[in-house]
Amino acid sequence: MRVLGLPGSLRRDSHNRALLRAAAAALPYGAELVEWDRLAELPAYDEDLDGASAPEPVRALRGAIAAADAVLLATPEYNASLPGGLKNALDWASRPHATNPLRGKPAAVVGASTGLFGAVWAQAEARKVLRTIGAHVLERELPVRQADAAWAADGTLRDPGLRAALEELVAELVAQVEPATVAEAA
Amino acid sequence: MPTITAVQPLAGTYTADPVHSSFAFAVRYMGVSTFRGTLGDVSATLAAGPDGAALEGSAEVASISIRTPEAFRDHVLSEEFFHVAEHPRIAFRSTRVELADDGRALVEGELTIKGITLPVHAEGSWTPEAELFGSRKAGLTLEATVDRTAYGLNWNADLPAGGKALADDVTLTVELTLLPAAADGEEA
Repeated sequence: MRVLGLPGSLRRDSHNRALLRAAAAALPYGAELVEWDRLAELPAYDEDLDGASAPEPVRALRGAIAAADAVLLATPEYNASLPGGLKNALDWASRPHATNPLRGKPAAVVGASTGLFGAVWAQAEARKVLRTIGAHVLERELPVRQADAAWAADGTLRDPGLRAALEELVAELVAQVEPATVAEAA
Repeated sequence: MPTITAVQPLAGTYTADPVHSSFAFAVRYMGVSTFRGTLGDVSATLAAGPDGAALEGSAEVASISIRTPEAFRDHVLSEEFFHVAEHPRIAFRSTRVELADDGRALVEGELTIKGITLPVHAEGSWTPEAELFGSRKAGLTLEATVDRTAYGLNWNADLPAGGKALADDVTLTVELTLLPAAADGEEA
């Protein structure tokens, strides 16, 4: 079983990449998380560029989503919303609407911010966008607040409550995957 | 409001030892957690005489313990909270100080935050002057709850899951280590 991890931040030492790694470690046995790391290569969405000959990174994104059993977004918060780059990736992934690879796909959103609120507004917006696209979205959040101080040396979340909540969230995400649709482990 | 049998156990003028004094605040956020911080740069004077005691103090807003991330600090110092550029310090002046035999303390006075002055009622405890580590010290601890929005610290936001991001009530805790003023010949 494969979960595709989409980090909303491009920064190398991003807290949301760290959160995806923590999520990967929290996955139940038999599930793996593959991070899609090419957000910066996507052009701004343009219908003129779309279609069978869409840019290679776009085709790669759609292929990666199609090949995954579930999708996990980890988003920072920019101006009370999700980053433009992440929204752009979701916009590319959503086309064409009727057959887009996110349709019916189990999806969840987590988020980390250095402020007090752990990107809860960005997470809510990301869930809204995913629902609109047709994904099967978990209605729960995982706010990692004051992320500068959130991590233990081994990369796990310092707060035991958050650690448990992350484990529950990823367990619930993989439980949404219909056994018959599980992709072959790579 | 409790009435405390007033005695006046401290005499003379005391100043707060800045290293061992603090002004702390605590506010609930996201409905479940409590954010705590301090203003570290505090000054206070307690003047006690036969007619009672008076407490005055101030704290520098820029000394707030929120240092990073920069955006967080900037937000707290901005007009949505303290507006430090216009109002660099908060101040307090007592109108009533009672230090009871049983160690309880009651202080009423006027608290000024962001240029707005409102009455405040604080309760706590005090310890009488005593020799400690080679110098004479007294202690005073006070706690009060204020509505931050009454002082114009109005920022808030609706949480996606319902409720408000930040509570209005803020608990203030003042810890003062009081040192007798050195050359104060005013008091008998």
